[in-house]
Amino acid sequence: MTTTKVEHEVPGGAAWSLRVRPGREVRFSALGPGANCSLLLLTPDGDRLNVPDTLKAQMSARITPPMVLMSDRGVGLASVTGSSLDWHDAVCGHSTDRHVTERSSYQEHRNDRRISARAGLLSELRKRGFDRADLHATVNLFSKAAIDDAGRLSHVPKHCAADDWVALRTEVELVLVMSTAPHPLDPSWKPAGVRVAVTDAPPDEASRLFRPESGRALDAAAQALA
Amino acid sequence: MTMTTVPSGDGHLALLPAGATLRITDLEGNQAADTLLYDAADLDNRYSAVDTVREQAAAYLTTGSALLSTDLDVLATITADTVGRHDTLGGACSQESNVIRYGLHTRHQHACRETFLRWGAPVGIGARQLTHNINFFMNVPLTEDGGLTFADGLSGPGQYVELTAAREVYVLISNCPQLNNPCNGWNPTPIGVTVS
Ligand SMILES: [Zn+2]
Repeated sequence: MTTTKVEHEVPGGAAWSLRVRPGREVRFSALGPGANCSLLLLTPDGDRLNVPDTLKAQMSARITPPMVLMSDRGVGLASVTGSSLDWHDAVCGHSTDRHVTERSSYQEHRNDRRISARAGLLSELRKRGFDRADLHATVNLFSKAAIDDAGRLSHVPKHCAADDWVALRTEVELVLVMSTAPHPLDPSWKPAGVRVAVTDAPPDEASRLFRPESGRALDAAAQALA
Repeated sequence: MTMTTVPSGDGHLALLPAGATLRITDLEGNQAADTLLYDAADLDNRYSAVDTVREQAAAYLTTGSALLSTDLDVLATITADTVGRHDTLGGACSQESNVIRYGLHTRHQHACRETFLRWGAPVGIGARQLTHNINFFMNVPLTEDGGLTFADGLSGPGQYVELTAAREVYVLISNCPQLNNPCNGWNPTPIGVTVS
């Protein structure tokens, strides 16, 4: 029987982080339409999700099951074991203070003030001893930026509906750092919350068998700590 | 203005004052020049591939592309390009990612990450400072259905690209030693670096 280790609802426009053992399922669920979750993966000893290496090794311009999320040091950090969506953006970065055009302040707006993904991610990174040097490309769960033949990018509205979900299987011990601020190409500020639930992961063969590259990244995860 | 020849598998670090222009020439054609930029006054304010791509809503780089930092400052602008487009989403090769892509027998082959670490170390650019780079002369088309491929290079002998610095920047270059895919035409060759 699977027991829930952690369950937390991150409100829209907020940031959160957690440390997760290997072999867990981390399931992200959208609590409303238009959710976005800009996500960084790090290991406690400073390895980091490397989006370009992840994309090129699996010949993909998006994140989708059953891809393996790979690190700077060539380790499969997590497998994408399932999702109701076939596209999670990873090439657009995350919102910065410059994208939060409507001025807001704690003095005036209290906890409804608008915080960029950058500000939220940095705050969570710094709490755990990381900093600006660790800002790599995020995966933007629940978001899609369409790519045309000329390489032009455009945000796809209404890509995510309430209850859309994506699940990761942790392959090594991870620090997950996330912000639910809107996607940086989304002109609106209607961030939905995201529920994060951590349970024991069921066995997963799909990612190992997806491509030889995915399998080798998982072999590296198994050998990351001898 | 003299050209420095950088053999394949070697690197180059240039401190470029604001307004200076650095030209990278693909001397023999089909050679990937993996490149990173850093604000010389603040190494963490470094080239950011995803911020550059998003702010210009363009997946490829060419003349006019502003090369942005993590703080969204313009570090440099591409002021000349005889090729037409360059990749910035394919990353650099490393010994570890070579193992993933090609197998364990490639673990001890030379790779760009080794070159970045060696040439970056004297000015404080270490593993934590390495980020997603530019691949000049490399062609990595993305497709509407979410695919990514390594296509034949668009470059040829004598083709070049020029960057003009918007502030004082370090330009860190690895002339890619990759032997296992067509990014260097299966035969890595020298590049030229000229500062004016
Ligand atoms: Zn390389």
